[in-house]
Amino acid sequence: MDLNMGKYAFFVWGSYGVTALALLSLTVLSVRAHRERARKLRALQETLAAEKAQKVDA
Amino acid sequence: MIISWLANPERFSKVFAPVRPWVAGLSLVLFVWGLYLCFVSPEDYQQGDTVRIMYIHVPAAWMALFTYLVMGVASFFGLIFRHALADAAAKAAAPIGAVFTALALITGSLWGKPMWGTWWEWDGRMTSVLVLFLFYIGYIALHASIEDEQRAARSTAILALIGLINLPIIKFSVDWWNTLHQGASVLRPGGPTVAPAMLWPLLMMALAYKALFVWLWLIRIDTEILSRKYNGLRARLGFREGGA
Repeated sequence: MDLNMGKYAFFVWGSYGVTALALLSLTVLSVRAHRERARKLRALQETLAAEKAQKVDA
Repeated sequence: MIISWLANPERFSKVFAPVRPWVAGLSLVLFVWGLYLCFVSPEDYQQGDTVRIMYIHVPAAWMALFTYLVMGVASFFGLIFRHALADAAAKAAAPIGAVFTALALITGSLWGKPMWGTWWEWDGRMTSVLVLFLFYIGYIALHASIEDEQRAARSTAILALIGLINLPIIKFSVDWWNTLHQGASVLRPGGPTVAPAMLWPLLMMALAYKALFVWLWLIRIDTEILSRKYNGLRARLGFREGGA
């Protein structure tokens, strides 16, 4: 495997760099948004469940 | 039958939650293998090492078209059958498609400069791919600008369906007009004209991109389902508080 791209290094590594950056950013943003949404939904469901339990107790 | 069974958002989430890590793993393996092949494959006798840009540029362009097709089909089902999941599927695909299209344009430009002597040319292929990118951006912007979910789904579905006209234009632009781009060399009648030593890394990277798309798409659809559930619960809570 020869990683020396000679006079085309800027174009080859530039392409791979931009691709890696874009795909990694998309992945991180997608996973983070999913976790955040799941956490918020869980918190809301717990609040509602606690409210319901309080009403039953009362 | 299976599609209508899976159209239930809750069921969709339950069925695909255990599948997602496997698709992520598959994508990672394919990327490692594909990237290895990209750099052990020989350089082209004319293009030199710039041929390695093909292994990431062509799959990005294929995925730009494929993702839009997915978005169009989902929009069609959303518009005709009013499946809640169909709009979520179309909306989830749009940012992924926009990124693939941007990558096709950028890596194409980085390949074009050393080979054609220009970063950009207003030829049929490049212009129609730029139009595809604008359709993705327009879809995302339109969805974000309409608050009512159902109205947003309907408007964006119509936009997505109009944009489908652009797909055959992109595919056949190299045959219809004079262009710097070469004609089809992989998906063509009579089989690929690319040498096997270069075809394998290309196909491996195409599979890696496809697996990554499936994984991200499933995650984003689930995020959309969770968002709608969250908004629904909040709306019910707001209604109860307002009515009290």
